[in-house]
Amino acid sequence: MIRFENVSVTYDGAPAPTIGGVDLTVPEGELVLLAGPSGVGKSTLLGTVSGLVPHFTGGTLRGRVTVAGRDTRTHKPRELADVVGTVGQDPLSHFVTDTVEEELAYGMESLGLAPEVMRRRVEETLDLLGLAALRDRPIATLSGGQQQRVAIGSVLTPHPRVLVLDEPTSALDPAAAEEVLAVLLRLVHDLGTTVLLAEHRLERVLQYADQVALLPAPGAAPLLGTPAEVMAVSPVYPPVVDLGRLAGWSPLPLTVRDARRRAAGLRDRLAQPQPQSQPQPPNGPAAEPPLPLPAPRSGSRSGRLPFLRGPGRRTGTGPEPSAAPPLPAEAHALAVRRERVQALRHVDLTVAPGETVALMGRNGAGKSTLLAAFVGLVEPSAGSVRVGGLTPHRTPPRDLVRRVGLVPQEPRDLLYADTVGGECAAADRDAQADPGTCRALVSGLLPGITDDTHPRDLSEGQRLTLALAVVLTARPPLLLLDEPTRGLDYAAKARLVAVLRELAAAGHAIVLATHDVELAAELAHRVVLLAEGEVIADGPTAEVVVSSPSFAPQVTKILAPQEWLTVAQVREALA
Amino acid sequence: MERRPARGTRPTRGTRPAPAGAPAARPRARLHPAAWWLWALALGTAATRTTNPLLLALLLTTSAYVVTTCRPHTPWSRSYSAFLKLALAVLLIRLVFVVVLGSPIPGTHVIVTLPEVPLPAWAQGIRLGGRVTAEGVLFSLYDGLRLATLLVCVGAANALASPSRLLKSLPGALYETGVAVVVALTFAPNLIADVQRLRAARRLRGRPDRGIRGLLQVGLPVLEGALERSVALAAAMDARGYGRTADVPAPVRRTTAALTLGGLLGVCAGTYGLLTAAGADYGLPLLLAGVAAALAGLRLGGRRSPRTRYRPDRWTPRACLVAASGVAVAALLAAASTTDPQALHPGVVPLTAPTLPLWPAAAVLLGLLPAFLPKEPS
Repeated sequence: MIRFENVSVTYDGAPAPTIGGVDLTVPEGELVLLAGPSGVGKSTLLGTVSGLVPHFTGGTLRGRVTVAGRDTRTHKPRELADVVGTVGQDPLSHFVTDTVEEELAYGMESLGLAPEVMRRRVEETLDLLGLAALRDRPIATLSGGQQQRVAIGSVLTPHPRVLVLDEPTSALDPAAAEEVLAVLLRLVHDLGTTVLLAEHRLERVLQYADQVALLPAPGAAPLLGTPAEVMAVSPVYPPVVDLGRLAGWSPLPLTVRDARRRAAGLRDRLAQPQPQSQPQPPNGPAAEPPLPLPAPRSGSRSGRLPFLRGPGRRTGTGPEPSAAPPLPAEAHALAVRRERVQALRHVDLTVAPGETVALMGRNGAGKSTLLAAFVGLVEPSAGSVRVGGLTPHRTPPRDLVRRVGLVPQEPRDLLYADTVGGECAAADRDAQADPGTCRALVSGLLPGITDDTHPRDLSEGQRLTLALAVVLTARPPLLLLDEPTRGLDYAAKARLVAVLRELAAAGHAIVLATHDVELAAELAHRVVLLAEGEVIADGPTAEVVVSSPSFAPQVTKILAPQEWLTVAQVREALA
Repeated sequence: MERRPARGTRPTRGTRPAPAGAPAARPRARLHPAAWWLWALALGTAATRTTNPLLLALLLTTSAYVVTTCRPHTPWSRSYSAFLKLALAVLLIRLVFVVVLGSPIPGTHVIVTLPEVPLPAWAQGIRLGGRVTAEGVLFSLYDGLRLATLLVCVGAANALASPSRLLKSLPGALYETGVAVVVALTFAPNLIADVQRLRAARRLRGRPDRGIRGLLQVGLPVLEGALERSVALAAAMDARGYGRTADVPAPVRRTTAALTLGGLLGVCAGTYGLLTAAGADYGLPLLLAGVAAALAGLRLGGRRSPRTRYRPDRWTPRACLVAASGVAVAALLAAASTTDPQALHPGVVPLTAPTLPLWPAAAVLLGLLPAFLPKEPS
């Protein structure tokens, strides 16, 4: 259905091709997963299928891409619109109209289908994607998962034979991701649609893929094979494969179900040493954290990262009670209203120094609002919120940065300067830190980034780390991160985990809002589940995630009823 | 392209005619947007015919009542309150100007005497401060109220049918321009959201998030973001078939060009003729012929675009009634303003209380008709 013949793409001004030597065929009716570390050209490869690369992005395409027999060199994207449906990373930038029903019809209108055909297909698609109840809703009012489904639906109605999706589940909570994947699977099975999708969160998608195309490195030729074959050599792999490799299972299990069938022996071996190395919360708020940290997955970094220091000592500003220093974060009966929506109701949460808390819950459950309340971006409508003894929305930003730092969902929002050096200098000034503080953090966290790099040229993970360094310049005792692993590959995630563990060990309190259950399992001492603005569970990570099917990490599911959370724990226990 | 039937046995291929009673024939609950715009703009036109505050208040109440009973639940419909605030601001600014700069209306009833700022000789004719008369204030109040009513009527049109829905009813040849305008219309709200988000992010960096400097410093990132989003949207639209053209035989293409160009020339010449004294006899026919030729050109040009419409808004008898009720209000008030100018333009010198003229008031109440039409079953 899709044929790449010796395809390479070189963007204007780039020294080397972004993708090269791509020679593969995607057969009709298959779901092919495109995997690989960040920056290897997955999005570029997807773009060549719809013709947006190079017709829209510029650059030079060598070789030939044919989709359903049409050559993308001679067919513009609009002339391929009836055979290829494309959904990009951000569904919001995809929408042309403002209600669900009109959006579903838009593509068909462009193709000039008869009105009665359009009507029938819209109704079918509304049912297929479970959108019937939302048909008249303005798209802007939908949740992330619903928007993603509308985006898929809007390219589905012209009945394309090929569907191309770039990270369709990375912004979604586990349940919404399952929903979207179920729809894709149904299209493949019932309609014979060919699906090509790129995704970083392999643990969500791998089990549904017929084949995996692995892009190992920028410009390198891709490797196409069955998931088990490719996973045996892939540099990126989900926890289930990691566990399979650790236990020496062959062929490698790809699903939790496969792994469970093989896991009896492993469970026996693990029966004696019960999980010891789960992250434990520090004993008390003021105690020097004696954290029994598991060794970071990368292994080489075992000691403390020297450039990371603990939170700054507060120097006598504000009324400081002599008995115990105020907690980094406290919320009591907190309620927040946002444009007639009760975003939070009666939330109680305290975070101790050195503690890492994961906020989880479906899209729109109030996680981001809770973080925003801690940095004073929203005002509580009832109850109280305090960070380090101060009320955030009444504290001048200049003082607040030394109590709390937030890395927003889009780290780019935090970066204004046009070079990394300029960004660091500005961060030092903003935080009234010694010149060079931020630069030292950047050098430590991101080796090899020069001062004159433009923040826009950094990869997703590098940009996140730069924003983290900017925030850390003021050495806030409380660090908040909103969806930090969106768009990160496993290597970038492992580096982030190592950094955050060091920060926690140095006494920073960390709160992460995340959909990534594997991240929460590795990092968090405590998990707080939110639903409709209320806390519905708050307890040690093991207790909360083990009891919830949608928030349990893969290792937990495989080794249940034993309570293991990560492959790192298992590896340590077996050593 | 042969496709397997989707979802069981139902055929999904495109060429089969819809069976009898197909869903496409189902009436939609909402009214044609052009009907609402006609109604609202006609009410606005009626407002320009009078300065009687009682009649203007009646017009305002009429439009507000219809908006509250008939508006749909969409984000656009909330724009009504924004227009109300804008109208109020216009009224207040006008009053402030009259109080500060004085009014040309001669008046004897002095409300207050402000200290007058002496101005140099070259600024003769301009007065700052001084006497504020009841006549002057009242006159500008009447005049400002007229403008405010017009604004509120435009707001009513916005609330009842969003302009993007109206643009979708454009003829095929203009459709793509319409889409471009619709996309541009969403640009402003997106920009405001971006500014708010980035100003919030400034707070995270420890910089003040209020004040004009904060606004200026986020300017560049906001524009960058807006540009990026526009490019992403353009890519998405292209990939979804925006701008596909159908093959049109060369003679049709040439005829289209000739008709459109000739029509426009005719419109220009006809307008010129109408405006000059000498050409009054040939002006009107030429204008009409030009308009007809241009419309024919547009219609023919629509063939180049293979687009079809999904559930187009239908012009129902109810839409006729709504539009007619608005037009009737405008026509009756226009007639009244020529037959009874005294009642529609109450004088301020000497000061008199305005009275409500019976027949024009009754005419305005015709505008309430849309609120009392039976609701179409949804």
